[in-house]
Amino acid sequence: MTVSNDQLEIAENEMSTGTGNLVMVLCQTALGIAILFVWQGVSGRLVDNFFISNPLDVGRRLLGWTLDGSIFLHLWATVYATMLGFIIGAVIGAALGIWLGISTFASRLLNPYLNALNALPKVALAPLFVLWFGLGIESKIALAASLVLFLVFLNTFAGVRQVDQDLIDGARLMRATRLQVVTKVIVPSALSWLFAGLRVSVPYALIGAVLGEMIASNRGLGYLVQFSGAQFDTAGVFAVLIVIALLAMALNFVVDIVQNRMEGWRIVSR
Amino acid sequence: MTGMIEIQHVSKGFRRGDNVVEALRDFNLTIEKREVIAIIGPSGCGKSTLLNMIAGLYMPSKGRVIYKGAAVTDVNTDVGYMTQKDNLLPWRNVRDNIAFPLELAGVDKAEREARAVAVIKQVGLDGFEARFPTELSGGMRKRACLARMMLYGAETALLDEPFAALDAQLKLVMHELLLRLAAENGQTVVFVTHDLMEAVTLADRVIVCTRRPAMIALEQKISLPRPRDVLNVRFTNEFKELYDALWERLRVEYQEERV
Repeated sequence: MTVSNDQLEIAENEMSTGTGNLVMVLCQTALGIAILFVWQGVSGRLVDNFFISNPLDVGRRLLGWTLDGSIFLHLWATVYATMLGFIIGAVIGAALGIWLGISTFASRLLNPYLNALNALPKVALAPLFVLWFGLGIESKIALAASLVLFLVFLNTFAGVRQVDQDLIDGARLMRATRLQVVTKVIVPSALSWLFAGLRVSVPYALIGAVLGEMIASNRGLGYLVQFSGAQFDTAGVFAVLIVIALLAMALNFVVDIVQNRMEGWRIVSR
Repeated sequence: MTGMIEIQHVSKGFRRGDNVVEALRDFNLTIEKREVIAIIGPSGCGKSTLLNMIAGLYMPSKGRVIYKGAAVTDVNTDVGYMTQKDNLLPWRNVRDNIAFPLELAGVDKAEREARAVAVIKQVGLDGFEARFPTELSGGMRKRACLARMMLYGAETALLDEPFAALDAQLKLVMHELLLRLAAENGQTVVFVTHDLMEAVTLADRVIVCTRRPAMIALEQKISLPRPRDVLNVRFTNEFKELYDALWERLRVEYQEERV
């Protein structure tokens, strides 16, 4: 995932030397406007407005939701579920990864069960989460956390397993206690893996939250897209999709900033 | 008289697929406190395995290693070990790496940093305190490892070809440093080397190993006076006689290997 991002960045850099950044931004804007015009033009003429709506209706819907403030209620519900789900999943996943990475017995004991759980599509757990946590935001948090948990767990586990045995032996010879070996050698060494896991799992937290809201809820962007669809309100569906896309981009932006910080502290890039 | 480290009838084999490679066979050696022992022999003859067993990282297949009267059955925390590979922690800078053993022992931050900076000066790494291991040359990393081991002040220092990667000048500086610090701390030193010049310069006793499985081919006491002038000792007649005698035996060992 990160590799393809890097490749994209390289491609962008190459392009920027050819044409210049400003020109490219103008071209990108022009393309966006062109798409909107085509969409508006096609809608109602070539394709029924019912199926693809049109940019003006979508814009009006977004404006209306913004003015009456209702979109912020849904946006906040989704952001809240994403963040809490991410944090809970990350903490449990990291702890589990470190524990099983250190304890050979526990990892061998639990191996088949973890494989089965990992292979299970987490969405299938949604009804269970609704039964356990109710229709409120808790069940969305649980679904987001379940997606994040396994990604972070697998990365952390691999990271702990990759720790150089010579570094551990060296620390033990220097009278490190078992706890010190874990906190001062194993965890710092696995940290770059852990962060890679966190990075890839951010979009999954959003997926979990939105899916949870689609299944059973009365607020959130997932609920809104589901509700609009059920009302045959295509403009509403498109409007929510735009909000979700913007939210996803904002999350990626935050991840990039954090990643740059981490590289500054030499946690990620080695 | 019992020594500080006694290696008694030690054999060690490693499983490689179906066959067992024997690294050491019936190895016997007694090392006295504060002695400096150099172990020299053809590469891959099991010298490093011997150090690993003194450190308690490997257990002998047969025989036993006695350290201060007790058999080594677990990691031996009384030794400092400098391996061929420099085991610096890549996420710590030079100063924090060198201060690491003090940090483990719970020495407070101000004191351990002051002590680390002092020893960094001694190994000539001043100005590089804040660098990370990946930003250092191989020789600099070795110096950092030596500094760490010396700061930590382990009773016994095990060194596995510590200075092989250094240039001749720096090697002499490190030799001087090693002998001085070992004498100051009253350390017992066991080091493995390829370099006969280095072995005779530093050691009280040179052990020449046969090729694998390693046995002792020859033991030579080096009665050059201490403290040794590492720069000039090599030009004395005594040194030359010892060197030639050892070289003769070593040559036989290497020739056998070539056949």
